[in-house]
Amino acid sequence: MSNILSIDSVSKHYGNFTALNNVSLNIREGSIFGLLGPNGAGKTTLIRIINQITMPDSGKVLFDNTPLNIEHIRYIGYLPEERGLYQKMSIGDQALYLAQLKGLDNTTAKSELNKWFEKFEISDWWDKKVTELSKGMAQKIQFIVTVLHKPKLLIFDEPFSGFDPINANLIKDEIIKLRDNGATIIFSTHRMESVEELCEDIALINKSNKILDGKLDDIKRRFKSNTFEVGVDSDNPDVLNKELESRYELTRPSFRTIGDNLKVNVKLKNNQNPNDLLKLISQNSKVIHFKEVIPSANEIFINSVEND
Amino acid sequence: MEHFSLIATREYLNKIGNKSFILMTLLLPIILAGITFLLSFLSSINNDTSKNISVVDNTGYIFQKLQSSDDITYDLIIDSSLDNAKEISRNKSDYGLLFINNFDSPEEIAESIMFISETSPSFTVLNKIESQLESILTNENFKILGIDINQINSSKIIINLFQESFDGAETTRVDGVVKLGFGFALGMLLYFFIFAYGSMIMMSVMEEKTSRIVEIIISSVKPFNLMTGKIIGVSLAGLTQVLIWCVMFSIFSYFFTTYFGISASSSSGEMILSTDDADAISSFALDMISAFMNLPLTNIFFAFIIYFIGGYFLYASIFAAIGAAVDNQADAQQFMLPITLIVIIGLYVGILTVPEDPNGIVAQIFSYIPFTSPIVMMMRIPNGVPLYEQIISLTILFSSVLFIVWISAKIYRIGILMYGKKITYGEIIKWLRS
Repeated sequence: MSNILSIDSVSKHYGNFTALNNVSLNIREGSIFGLLGPNGAGKTTLIRIINQITMPDSGKVLFDNTPLNIEHIRYIGYLPEERGLYQKMSIGDQALYLAQLKGLDNTTAKSELNKWFEKFEISDWWDKKVTELSKGMAQKIQFIVTVLHKPKLLIFDEPFSGFDPINANLIKDEIIKLRDNGATIIFSTHRMESVEELCEDIALINKSNKILDGKLDDIKRRFKSNTFEVGVDSDNPDVLNKELESRYELTRPSFRTIGDNLKVNVKLKNNQNPNDLLKLISQNSKVIHFKEVIPSANEIFINSVEND
Repeated sequence: MEHFSLIATREYLNKIGNKSFILMTLLLPIILAGITFLLSFLSSINNDTSKNISVVDNTGYIFQKLQSSDDITYDLIIDSSLDNAKEISRNKSDYGLLFINNFDSPEEIAESIMFISETSPSFTVLNKIESQLESILTNENFKILGIDINQINSSKIIINLFQESFDGAETTRVDGVVKLGFGFALGMLLYFFIFAYGSMIMMSVMEEKTSRIVEIIISSVKPFNLMTGKIIGVSLAGLTQVLIWCVMFSIFSYFFTTYFGISASSSSGEMILSTDDADAISSFALDMISAFMNLPLTNIFFAFIIYFIGGYFLYASIFAAIGAAVDNQADAQQFMLPITLIVIIGLYVGILTVPEDPNGIVAQIFSYIPFTSPIVMMMRIPNGVPLYEQIISLTILFSSVLFIVWISAKIYRIGILMYGKKITYGEIIKWLRS
């Protein structure tokens, strides 16, 4: 699959401060890409470079295999983390204005806006001012304005902040729908559960360097420690525990189950087979729980950043 | 380019639709007109009470020639001593008593005339009485000396030097007051525009920054276009305001003149040789008009527009940069101060040096410095400034505009996305280097 965006050795300095150091990334067309990293790592700088708000000191950015240029602006939709609306302008008017800035003509912008307003059931907001809306309501408007011009590449920076769970789900569904319709999505967030849920690929930026990137599944495979969660209802738990101890490295259980009398995390060595473990525990006991420990995005994040 | 007009249009409509803008546009002329109306009304009430003045005329000819007017009525008291007259006058509760002794020569009469009153008389009333008496006694003197007054009137020559500059092009008849007044008005107008609309731009930039909508806009629009679009939009709103003011002022002044009549001063007493009142007024007006027409009007007109554009863009872009650099209005003050100082210096240099010598060295220097040239040069131009000087000054101004807009755009671009940091001059210099 082709890349909609290729970032090649991009660096950016502000005075003595390095915001991005030689960062390279490829973003597959039609994917949801998680751009992760602690605060101040350089994510926003990278996003601003993609949006041509700032220029990189060195390196190249290709959009659809052509160097990033002013024409690309209309193919990109950006929902910044720090976002606002005009306080004194009506919702409809400013949505129309922002859509026109993205290159839509007045009529198209109006009809597209009406579609979205109906979809979100907010048609009666058109003449309201921002001051009359809640934060979540304003976020909806900002979301609409970001996607209205049907961009090929969408960049969402903390899109769910300010939403209640119901509206967050609504937005999440819309994001997935946009992806299904062919858009590529860059998704920057600190909420690892939504990364887990949405992202196929991720990149982790820490202290202006990219420290990790690839398919989320591959990364998880790399990070897993061959550990299995074991929960059994054994006739003789002490004997089984000793037996396990003699063959494997045991750690404290990291899971919650009911109806078992022995709970333990079992770490396998490279030459050991999980089937042998399963055979052993199923001999004189009822297996309640048997699952490989897959590191969560959250654990990967914390681990990588702390060990960087 | 389409961004540019979108931004300017939004800015324009937003300003025009703003409540305080509408209020300011409509109320300012009404308030000004109201104040003028009130003042004229009050002073006309004040003048309404005609002042009664009793006259004891022992000469027998002065009283006949005293002319009662709207505000002064003369009343003759016949054959009375000073004490008697005082008594009568006080009982009538007169404004005052004019006591004229009889002597042979008008000089002696003049020296002996007394004015007696309860309270100290108003300056204007005294002036009027004095000038009337002067005129009467002077004419009496002429008669005694056997001089024909009509002959004097007809033989009087009034000289107005006919001036021409060495290049002969303009026949500028000096009317310094008109020139200076006009120049000051233009300079003040520029000053007003620069500050009123400059700070409007600053507010607008700050509004976008603090509401964070700029984060959304900036991904579609180049910061430079956003800044210049804003400047244009606000300036158009400003022009609309001025246009509305012009229309309102002309309507008001129309009603004003028809209601009060021409309010030119009618201190006719000053005309010893009793020139006709109406003639005097119209000749004064004619003088003004001809002085006005003799101003280099075409030059003034074009210079005003060009200097306005230059000065406005120079300061507006600085104001935009300040608005982008700061987080709140309090922080803006430290950057506003030097700008305000520079403009006020320009204004004062203009006011202090131009009347002295419009082409003096100080005035010249300040009309080359881009930050002061629009104001100082506009004050000088009604007096005639060689074209080459204007061209040099404009060249400097517009190169500076390009430079300042470039610098401001740089500050704007960085500042607009920078929050929560108190910006210093050092910080800004760092931005400019990056």
